[in-house]
Amino acid sequence: MSVATKGSGLTWVGRAIRRLEDPALLTGRGRFTADLPAAHWVRFVRSPAAAGKIERIVAPDDALVVTAADLADVKPITPMLHKFEYRPVGQPILADGEVRFVGEAVAAVVAASEEEAEDIADAVELSLADAIPIIDARDALAPGARQIHPSAPGNVILQSRIVTPEFERIWKTAHKTVAFDIRSRRQNATPMEPRAAHAAFDFATGRITLTCTTQMPHLTRTAIADVLGMPERDLRVIAPDVGGGFGQKMSLAPEYVLLVWLARKHQSCFAWTEDRRENLIASFHARDQSIALQGAFDANAKLLALKADIVSNVGAYSCFPTTCGVEPLMAIAELPGPYDFCAYDCRARGVLTNTCTMAPYRGVSRPIITFALERLMDKAARAFAIEPAEIRRRNLISKFPYKSAAGLTFDEASYQETLRIAREATDLPGFRKRQAQGRAQGRYLGIGFATFSERTGYGSPAFAARGMEITPGWETVVLSVDPSGFVEARIGSSPHGQGLRTTLAQIVADQLGITPDRVKVVHGDTDRAPYGWGTFASRSLVICGGATLMAAQKVRAKLLKLASHMLEAAPDDIVLEDGEAKVAGTDRTIPIAKLARESYTQTYRFGGIEPGISETGTYDPPGTFSNACHVAEVEVDIETGRTTVTRYLVAEDAGRIINPMIADGQVHGGVAQGIGNALFEEIVYDENGAPLTATLSDYLTPTAREIPQIELHHLETPSTESLTKAKGLGEGGGIGAPAAVINAINDALSDFGVEIDEMPATPQCIRAALRKAETKA
Amino acid sequence: MKPAPFTRHVPETIDEAVRMLAEVAPQDGRVLAGGQSLVPIMAFRLAKPAHLVDINNVAGLDRLAVEDGSLVIGATVRHAAFHKQVADNPLGPLLSAVARHLAHYPIRTRGTFCGSIAHADPASEWCLVAATLGATMVARSVRGERAIAANDFFEGLMSTALKQDELLAEVRLPLLASDTRFGFVEFSRRAGDFAMTAALVTWRFENGAMCDVRVGIGGAEPSPRRIVEAEGVLNGQVPGDAPFRAAAEAAANAIEPMEDHQTSAEYRRDLVRAMVRRSLEQSAQ
Amino acid sequence: MSDKVPITLKINGCAHAISVEPRRTLADAIREDCGQTGTHIGCEHGVCGACTVIVDGAPMRSCLMFAVQADGKNIRTVEGLADGDTLHPMQQAFMDNHALQCGFCTPGFLMLAIGVLEREPDMSDDDLLDVLSSNLCRCTGYQNIVKAVRAAAKEMRK
Repeated sequence: MSVATKGSGLTWVGRAIRRLEDPALLTGRGRFTADLPAAHWVRFVRSPAAAGKIERIVAPDDALVVTAADLADVKPITPMLHKFEYRPVGQPILADGEVRFVGEAVAAVVAASEEEAEDIADAVELSLADAIPIIDARDALAPGARQIHPSAPGNVILQSRIVTPEFERIWKTAHKTVAFDIRSRRQNATPMEPRAAHAAFDFATGRITLTCTTQMPHLTRTAIADVLGMPERDLRVIAPDVGGGFGQKMSLAPEYVLLVWLARKHQSCFAWTEDRRENLIASFHARDQSIALQGAFDANAKLLALKADIVSNVGAYSCFPTTCGVEPLMAIAELPGPYDFCAYDCRARGVLTNTCTMAPYRGVSRPIITFALERLMDKAARAFAIEPAEIRRRNLISKFPYKSAAGLTFDEASYQETLRIAREATDLPGFRKRQAQGRAQGRYLGIGFATFSERTGYGSPAFAARGMEITPGWETVVLSVDPSGFVEARIGSSPHGQGLRTTLAQIVADQLGITPDRVKVVHGDTDRAPYGWGTFASRSLVICGGATLMAAQKVRAKLLKLASHMLEAAPDDIVLEDGEAKVAGTDRTIPIAKLARESYTQTYRFGGIEPGISETGTYDPPGTFSNACHVAEVEVDIETGRTTVTRYLVAEDAGRIINPMIADGQVHGGVAQGIGNALFEEIVYDENGAPLTATLSDYLTPTAREIPQIELHHLETPSTESLTKAKGLGEGGGIGAPAAVINAINDALSDFGVEIDEMPATPQCIRAALRKAETKA
Repeated sequence: MKPAPFTRHVPETIDEAVRMLAEVAPQDGRVLAGGQSLVPIMAFRLAKPAHLVDINNVAGLDRLAVEDGSLVIGATVRHAAFHKQVADNPLGPLLSAVARHLAHYPIRTRGTFCGSIAHADPASEWCLVAATLGATMVARSVRGERAIAANDFFEGLMSTALKQDELLAEVRLPLLASDTRFGFVEFSRRAGDFAMTAALVTWRFENGAMCDVRVGIGGAEPSPRRIVEAEGVLNGQVPGDAPFRAAAEAAANAIEPMEDHQTSAEYRRDLVRAMVRRSLEQSAQ
Repeated sequence: MSDKVPITLKINGCAHAISVEPRRTLADAIREDCGQTGTHIGCEHGVCGACTVIVDGAPMRSCLMFAVQADGKNIRTVEGLADGDTLHPMQQAFMDNHALQCGFCTPGFLMLAIGVLEREPDMSDDDLLDVLSSNLCRCTGYQNIVKAVRAAAKEMRK
């Protein structure tokens, strides 16, 4: 890290420097929640049935077992939306009177070791009067279906409708319409670290410290204090190193509440680590949706109007804080994608069933709506006998700002350009030749495109538009320089692999003329970090980065002011570089460390300046859209149905890139999850609501063999809606991959008259489609 | 997901081992060798053996040698031993080719060949090898030694002819004729996953035609076995695409496919058809 | 509960005298009884590989072995890789190539790659990819892990 900075302007931003996070993580000195020792270990007894009344819970004598009866003073977790006919639904910390999904926690057992706790949990007898569970969203919507919650008639937790003016008239002008249904099957984010919580009572202060695997430490604190009716100041929440979240760890887990309750009641220290089976069946699921889609096109294959009905199976409860409205509401708001049309008629519903509750998972609904819209484009392309890349070229937006049919404003971006770059890099004519040659040899190659926008870095206005009672969005950063001259940035975001300790240090380093290793980013501990909303929704670099920049600019201004006193020059004549404040064009210089020290210890000399150096930045932007074009080449083995992704290309634009290595890593990881979503991953329930995919041998996340080398092409359209000019990109990789891969499968199989409109497109599903087409022929 | 409590017994000789096993078997005592199959089952508490007889320290069980026309594989021989060719016979490259498909490297350093056979998972590659090549399983107990032919050994899903107090001490694989050709192909969802179907074929040329054909299928039925219908199609034929396809079709029709939430009967047949044809193709190269 | 058995686990050259139930896995013993929490637990059923350590020179999944079985064996974990401040070439390669994000699966990958390459330093790229498909990562998409391991393999051959 000893490269000299050269003058003002960007020196560290834009460079692929090694991560400051890495040395500890590489040497086994990471600190994850399960690494903490505890006096008592907790194990949850979980419902084996998907629905039914609890008749009796019998625990072994002498065992410390907690049930809902002990938690009468504890409020259920009840997130709230004030729009869209949202029906509030409360989740008790432990099932209260009835169970609503297999895996729901019914009791908690405490023992001196994890092994013992599990022995006791096994010995707890649970008597349930089984009810017939409702697993499928269609069954939940059927007239007369049993209500899963008294407050949600018809099992609809919310409903939203958008109809643009003159929709019917525009629809009728269509030259061709395309109609079909898509099915997205249930996913599990499957972070490598299962969830865990550790709650410790401190006798000296009477406070509880909860260390847990959360993406939102402050909100976890607020919510738990509220549910337990305790002063928030008595609860400290620490998100230590967290082993992946992807959204699953942003929703409040009832288990965390129980741990804090135990610590308070018994004034001791309790720990819980989720096992993999629990994570797969009882944490949070995602993406169980069906969309019926119709598109109307003019004679030039230009999309005129889009009609859609979206049904989202949200599970048995509602996740906090977003509520389970998040998937259907995002779907209806963003389904129009990056295409230029104005007529839109869409209904979206969130439907309750006796399955595990959904929570946001990287991209949330965007992988699904992108899949739907991109299948529409490909089907229309075939109907019009034009190339898939061409129909997109005719329809992608290109003038900004652009207001979508759903009312979202797209800022400056490069939709057409990324398509063009991807198309050129792919060598489409060359591919078509290879495809034809392959067919002659009985090999089925296919190519698939996906163009999409990614809504990122959106602050509170976006969440307020959904009517969320808890409206996240802004971020605050407190940046200080201590008397030793080292810099500390305390942030409200909560990174868990995104490299924020490095990228924010790069931003600060550029402003202050120092090296990034002199900047320590502190996050995750509510006692140390200013209130913030954590890390999710591709927001941290944009919003926390913006707040960091604001605070750094203020610190810079202060340093210049201090320096101007010391060096007797105007602030405009002073430059910060190489850790020094220098009068430009002279050899008059003073170390920044000295300025810092004297701002504390010799304050009187600076005539009325506030002592020390500590500045705050708070940023709450409206949001900024990044964009990408993904291209997948596949080979489908028609005998076994196996799809191999042979090439994967991304042309993306996420505005100014702070650290290219970290940015690329986000795309790689997102694409890998997207390929998993497209081909492998599916949470399956049987008709009784018993999970059939409860091990990592059944829920199949991809390995290194299944993910090809990803070719990345970058554009940078500096964001006009982001102080750092960066846009978010954490989710983009996962958004485009299912569409690109499955479009490629359909392209490979176009001779067979099959249409694969579901994901994952498993070998079995492809073989079934081929067999059906064979019998028809 | 921690196992239920058990008492561990650590014999140092095979006689000690079978004595201990005789004592504890009635109380759900089991043999612990590599543990790569047993420990996960115990972690899920699908099995809660009160006793484990850990044979990893027993002298002489790691024997891997050619004797009397067979390759003798002792109870503690690890899968990784087969990464290289262990015999100067087509069996060597055959076992090495199969070993590559078995789970993953770190499982292979610990898991044992005989453990796989005794565990009798339908997807087990070694079980398929044993059934196809006509291995002999040698069981030891306090009553002495018992040789069980492959045909009599696999009784069904995870179920074998071993009595609860018998230790599978070694497996004997007959050496193959020096001009034996083989092909092995399996289908799994991801690298290293359980095989959804696997096919092992061996045969020889005689006067330009195939003879001594063995076609074995694993993963498609509760136990692996030779498919005589497919062998019948091939014996006496000149190897080529048409007989290979016919054999594949015969095999697909001959099996009684296992079904589960991801695998319909027709899909299983699709896989058998594909794996048989491809293993034959591979063997003819 | 069953009676505890006294054993000694030799981890990275250090002897830890502990007392464990026979059912305690090696992974749990390393982490809890010996306080070496660098080895992580991701699934406890032998699929994810996060718990990979090297025992008597062979990489293996510590969740699939009982601690009592490792008595007296030489165990190497991630904590033993660096030499003071000098990182092992594999660790350095991971850092240089951004082969980790959240860091949870990283110790398992390090021990797997080092364990295999020490036994077979000339392993082909394709076989190395097979080896790396043994472990699961959810953050990186593997591309940089593969790059890092190949770079380190070259270094290690020197």
